[in-house]
Amino acid sequence: MNRHLISAGDLSRDDALLILDTAAELAQVASRPVKKLPTLRGRTAVNLFYEDSTRTRTSFEVAAKRLSADVINFSAKGSSVAKGESLKDTALTLEAMGADAVVVRHGASGTPNRLTNWIDGSVINAGDGTHEHPTQALLDAYTIRDRLGRLDGLSVVIVGDVLHSRVARSNVLLLATLGVDVTVVGPPTLLPVGVETWPCATSYDLDAVLPKCDVVMMLRVQQERMHAAFFPSAREYSRRYGLDARRMATLPEHALVMHPGPMNRGMEIAAEVADATRSTITEQVANGISIRMAVLYLLLGGTEPAIGHDPAHTEPTESA
Amino acid sequence: MARALTRIAHEILERAKGSTDVVLMGIPTRGVDLARRLAERIAAVEGGQVPVGSLDPTMYRDDLRLRPTRALEHTEEPAGGVEGKLVVLVDDVLYSGRTVRAALTALDDLGRPRNVQLAVLVDRGHRELPIRPDYIGKNLPTAQVEQVRVLVAERDGRDAVLIEREVTGSAQ
Repeated sequence: MNRHLISAGDLSRDDALLILDTAAELAQVASRPVKKLPTLRGRTAVNLFYEDSTRTRTSFEVAAKRLSADVINFSAKGSSVAKGESLKDTALTLEAMGADAVVVRHGASGTPNRLTNWIDGSVINAGDGTHEHPTQALLDAYTIRDRLGRLDGLSVVIVGDVLHSRVARSNVLLLATLGVDVTVVGPPTLLPVGVETWPCATSYDLDAVLPKCDVVMMLRVQQERMHAAFFPSAREYSRRYGLDARRMATLPEHALVMHPGPMNRGMEIAAEVADATRSTITEQVANGISIRMAVLYLLLGGTEPAIGHDPAHTEPTESA
Repeated sequence: MARALTRIAHEILERAKGSTDVVLMGIPTRGVDLARRLAERIAAVEGGQVPVGSLDPTMYRDDLRLRPTRALEHTEEPAGGVEGKLVVLVDDVLYSGRTVRAALTALDDLGRPRNVQLAVLVDRGHRELPIRPDYIGKNLPTAQVEQVRVLVAERDGRDAVLIEREVTGSAQ
């Protein structure tokens, strides 16, 4: 039984589709006058953020609040972490406070996995180092399905700093599970060692793959993680791997442009591309709330989670 | 089943003095099929369309934490919404009343109907809440160890109401 969400790779096809379908139902709530459901009343979700992230933290916070859970935001800055408290002690404190779910973002890969040893509640990975960011991949898959109507058989190109990108890794794993053909594209220095074992194709040539793809997903160039020279200059990177209007014009008519945000406008993506109608960047933010509501509900809603085991269990039982 | 539904359709029309402002909300999954059939019958008698919606009360249940997490069913607001309307909730089996209680709360979040009524195909008794249906297809006294299952042609290939002794392990 899987009460945590650590990696997109842990999700079976049925699990992933259940999350997307649940999110689609929950998306309706956002358009109602009353945007709140009583489902997780009395439960506590803790946002444990060791790295700054307004977007993801707020998204989880809104999602938990729409399900009536109590939310505690715990950021490393200004907390006892700054005084040198260890991860384990922080976890034990949260456990003692009765946290039902801990949403964790940490700069070190593997932190969420570590937390599962100390916390009885659900641990949800909101980004760990360069490892994974499963809810981002889920919201990307949701956005694609919402716009294009399907996932099976689509071709998705993920472009840029794959090496430092947890978003790329989670997307490759999830999209492959959902029957999507994924190609990662970037300079050789920004493709991780072992990428050939990932369930995707690789390329160094963006122009060659664009005309055949249904979705192009741009990654942020993570300057804060680049402690070495991975490419000669920002201008050169932008010329070879940036998405500008000229490149966008080579995409098929229906193709989408995605970006997990925050964007470096003018670097990996041109401003005019980011604001184009085929770009889904603001939709991704809205869909993120529905996806996180779905994950919180499916992990915390009942005595046992609805994901991570036999789908027969999730069939609605009687109508009493 | 056909006769019971026709009778309920007539009863709804009689009580509401016509089909104006009547909205049918089916409770998934089979309540939705039954609501559609009722709407057809009402239309056949009265002419005009009665809006049909579906209402999944899962997120509002008081027993969520006692069972494994359930998948959500589809909720669809009927054309024109529910505000100020006469809403008839439609379900296949009425048992403890907890589904209906949850559905009432769920309905609150969609709007404020003028009036809410309840139509069920089978009332099997054993209520745990002060809830009483306005329209009943058939009263079916049962023991608590028994299960009542309604099959509808749209979903199950045939119409039937089955009473089953609880078999260990199988359908709950």
